[in-house]
Amino acid sequence: MDTFHIVRPARKAPINQTLVGYVGSGDLEVMIDNSDSPQADIYIHSSSSAGEQRWLALIERIEANQPLPMMRMDIHDFSATPGVIRLRLEQALEQALTKEASYE
Amino acid sequence: MSNAQDSRLNTNFVEQGARKRIEYVLDSGSMRELVTPFDRVISPWLEVQGIVPQFDDGVVVARGAIDGKSVIAIAIDGSFQGGSLGEVAGAKIAGALELAVEANQAGESIAAVLMFETGGVRLQEANLGLAAIAEIQSAIVALRKLQPVVALITGPVGCFGGMSITAGLCSYLLMTREGRLGLNGPQVIEQEAGVGEYDSRDRPFIWGLTGGEQRYTTGLVDDFFGSDVIEVRNKVQEYLRKGVPDTFRSEAIQSSLDRLKNVDTQHQITSEAAREIFAKGASL
Repeated sequence: MDTFHIVRPARKAPINQTLVGYVGSGDLEVMIDNSDSPQADIYIHSSSSAGEQRWLALIERIEANQPLPMMRMDIHDFSATPGVIRLRLEQALEQALTKEASYE
Repeated sequence: MSNAQDSRLNTNFVEQGARKRIEYVLDSGSMRELVTPFDRVISPWLEVQGIVPQFDDGVVVARGAIDGKSVIAIAIDGSFQGGSLGEVAGAKIAGALELAVEANQAGESIAAVLMFETGGVRLQEANLGLAAIAEIQSAIVALRKLQPVVALITGPVGCFGGMSITAGLCSYLLMTREGRLGLNGPQVIEQEAGVGEYDSRDRPFIWGLTGGEQRYTTGLVDDFFGSDVIEVRNKVQEYLRKGVPDTFRSEAIQSSLDRLKNVDTQHQITSEAAREIFAKGASL
């Protein structure tokens, strides 16, 4: 298992506590929580050995569409493919930034 | 709410995660989760063994109402580590049940619904998981004297190991056709006894011995039904309304032993043979 802490610049935006996905084969859980720090703190636990560079590339691709909000994001990855990871991250961000608070 | 307009109609219960299962069984809007994932109460043992943890440790515990009756609802998430129970997951279940016992003794009325999807003890947390299961079992035995404790096994994982004993202690045990219930899981038996005796890949054989229909026919569970969300919900309501039963399955020791004596261990047992033996005097 690898752990990474990635810090990204972020914009000020109200967020909902959000949890999507689960730690099952080929999937991941993504939690978004409020944070006092003026950035996006992303903590990653991953069972795959793809390395920090892959995570950074994935996050940069999401940032190209929407700047990240100030938050603490936790990722518990159980060997998900990049496509699944991207879908889960976008799902979590969408839920965190919509008005209605909810989690699965 | 009328069934015709209910969007949950034709939703398969088996495909739902633990949190959704609770939401579907409880009265709409009544769910309040205890020890939520945002509390970050994760297993302290998995990370040090290089295993990715989950924020709810695979167990969801909630307060809510069913049919207006106050309940504690507990669901195990079979997709995280096979629904196995370690220190945190086990403590969440045991703690909730113990609180329900105390609340009932203090004059409140709180029943319990447990949705099992588990292989039993989490081997990485062996002794702590075992201890937690023992605590869960004693809490159920205490609570079932005061309130109905309804257990539900729907699959896909089923209910095995120490948690199969836990299921047997509940006031009422309900299964769907896809559910499986057994002490040792099929792969464990195959590994121990050989593929000639027990082929874990022979699905008709496995479900023929441990599936919901067989367990119902042999009198080991109270009911079996389809896995539509509405049907599951109605059955849980029906059994909660029955209240505390006069006798418990786990007290029928002698009749169970008598039936076990009739099992021929020289030959592979079949689904039909098991039905014949266990149907005799199936009433407890």
